Amino acid sequence: MGRNRSFFLLTALGLGFAFLYVPILLLIIYSFNENRLVTVWSGFSTKWYLELFQDDNILDAAWVSLRVAVFSATIATILGTIAGMVMARFGRFRGRTMFSGMLSAPLVMPEVITGLSLLLLFVALEQAIGIPAGRGVSTITIAHSTFTMAFVAVIIQSRLAQMDESVEEAALDLGARPAKVFFAITLPIISPAIVAGWLLAFTMSLDDLVVASFTSGPASTTLPMVVFSSVRLGVSPKINALATLLVLVAALTILLAAWFMRRQEAQRDKAAAAAAAEEERF
Amino acid sequence: MTTLAAATRTRTKPIIQIQDVVKKFGDFTAVNGVSLTINQGELFSLLGGSGCGKSTLLRMIAGFEEPTSGRILIDGQDISGLAPYERPVNMMFQSYALFPHMTVEQNIAFGLKQDGLPKAEIKKRVAEMLELVELGRFAKRKPQQLSGGQRQRVALARSLAKRPKVLLLDEPLSALDKKLRERTQLELVDIQEELDVTFVMVTHDQEEAMTMSTRVAVMDAGEIIQIDNPHAMYEYPNSRFVAEFFGSVNMFEGVLDEDEADYVTIQSPEISSRIYVSHGIAARQGQTVWVAVRPEKVFIGRQAPDVTDNVDQGTVTDIVYLGGISTYMVTLDSGKVVRVTVPNITRQAQADITWEDRVWIHWNPESCVVVTQ
Repeated sequence: MGRNRSFFLLTALGLGFAFLYVPILLLIIYSFNENRLVTVWSGFSTKWYLELFQDDNILDAAWVSLRVAVFSATIATILGTIAGMVMARFGRFRGRTMFSGMLSAPLVMPEVITGLSLLLLFVALEQAIGIPAGRGVSTITIAHSTFTMAFVAVIIQSRLAQMDESVEEAALDLGARPAKVFFAITLPIISPAIVAGWLLAFTMSLDDLVVASFTSGPASTTLPMVVFSSVRLGVSPKINALATLLVLVAALTILLAAWFMRRQEAQRDKAAAAAAAEEERF
Repeated sequence: MTTLAAATRTRTKPIIQIQDVVKKFGDFTAVNGVSLTINQGELFSLLGGSGCGKSTLLRMIAGFEEPTSGRILIDGQDISGLAPYERPVNMMFQSYALFPHMTVEQNIAFGLKQDGLPKAEIKKRVAEMLELVELGRFAKRKPQQLSGGQRQRVALARSLAKRPKVLLLDEPLSALDKKLRERTQLELVDIQEELDVTFVMVTHDQEEAMTMSTRVAVMDAGEIIQIDNPHAMYEYPNSRFVAEFFGSVNMFEGVLDEDEADYVTIQSPEISSRIYVSHGIAARQGQTVWVAVRPEKVFIGRQAPDVTDNVDQGTVTDIVYLGGISTYMVTLDSGKVVRVTVPNITRQAQADITWEDRVWIHWNPESCVVVTQ
């Protein structure tokens, strides 16, 4: 192609990026708007950020969201890893197809249905055995674990499928029992996938509105719920400020992860090249 | 001359006894009634194409697969039902299967740690192993910081560290380039002799099996076709399959004509003269047989040789120059292509014979082998 990139391709590229990022850019710009009205620009100001940090409602909700995200991501990672392990390593067993279908169903299930069915379950359980007593942080956590677990399982399963199974066999052959093999060999090797799965579950829990709305109680409002309800009463520039902060955190996380991975890759390439060069000399 | 020495040592104490082992995967029979005995201190090769069951057999010895029927004994003990971590054998994997998150040292120490050896003992043994494979300088490196040849040696050291009664090697050299592979073959034989451990190796490369082994078992479709030392396997194959698999060969199909105790003659439409073999064979008159002649045992020349048997005339249709030897493809008048190899004794490439030349080929009556299947 060289310099002769066609006008059409450049336009398509520009329009595509504009489609994705102009709304977010506008949101960021308007978060520094001084005016009360979101759509009228009247000067630069950071006062909405200050107000944001004085709003107990939002801060409480952020704290609830964070707790729910950490706990549910952790539960989902443990369960998802076990499920992924079964799918990748147990070979063929009775009901494998059904298990695999059921495991990936939450990936395509409408959130409204997931939320509603969990709500019904929680209510029925409370009437039957008294647990969970009412709905709150714990019910949201359980609900989030169930639907994010499917994503973790898929990530773990595909990582295990790529992994050379003879590494595990070698450990068995050298005298390690299966449990030891899992903790000393498999787990360290798939740890990047586990971290990735946890991060994915964490972000999905953090931005879930629908399932949380169904399973939350009066004292447990998550951040997306606060944003949604306040937007319904009229968009406040405060929400723009909050959204800008969230975008910033997400972007930084991604950049950091990418930088870290690239550095690791570069180190590995360098080491491999050095080893190859050394062999040439002998 | 290590390999010759290895080939002539006699070993009699059985270490592995495989008795009527069958392995089925669903409807597919991977190993079909294999029985064989491997003696203490041997370097035994299982040789065959892909899917012939050699790897399955090895994995059954290691304990990764259980036989559908039959028994495997190691040092007299039936190991059926023992898990891989309970068996007195270790395996070196084709992919090396090094633990990527551990250093070379930790890789080698892994098996010793599982045995609960004292720290000082582990350290000593790891040092011994590193010295054995000459990797002392790389002890602190991770596998991805090593070249292919170095990784291969780490895998070897790791599988030998526990001093197993038997070391199983699954295509140990297939990931190396040709030059390194040839050097490593001899290194492996040296190490095997030094430690006097029984090696059982799976390979698809007949040259490798020939260079390294004391004995070879050729497998096809889950069955063992022939077990012999490399020399016997090459000079006295028991079947067309072995003759063709083990080195290259010219095969003439014909009918047994005269069947005497000390000689036989065969009529083949592929060659105009009679085929005369100077030893008796176990076959009936009129039976279809195959005569195998190795390319280096066939003579080629422009003058008619002074013989009446095992001789024919043809045209040189191709010449392959390989440095040390040249291979001539001679198309006989019957259309049969005969492969003849000639060592290049002088620097001049056999200038007297060239493409499209009419030549005579012949071989000595004792140079060929008759097979009946």
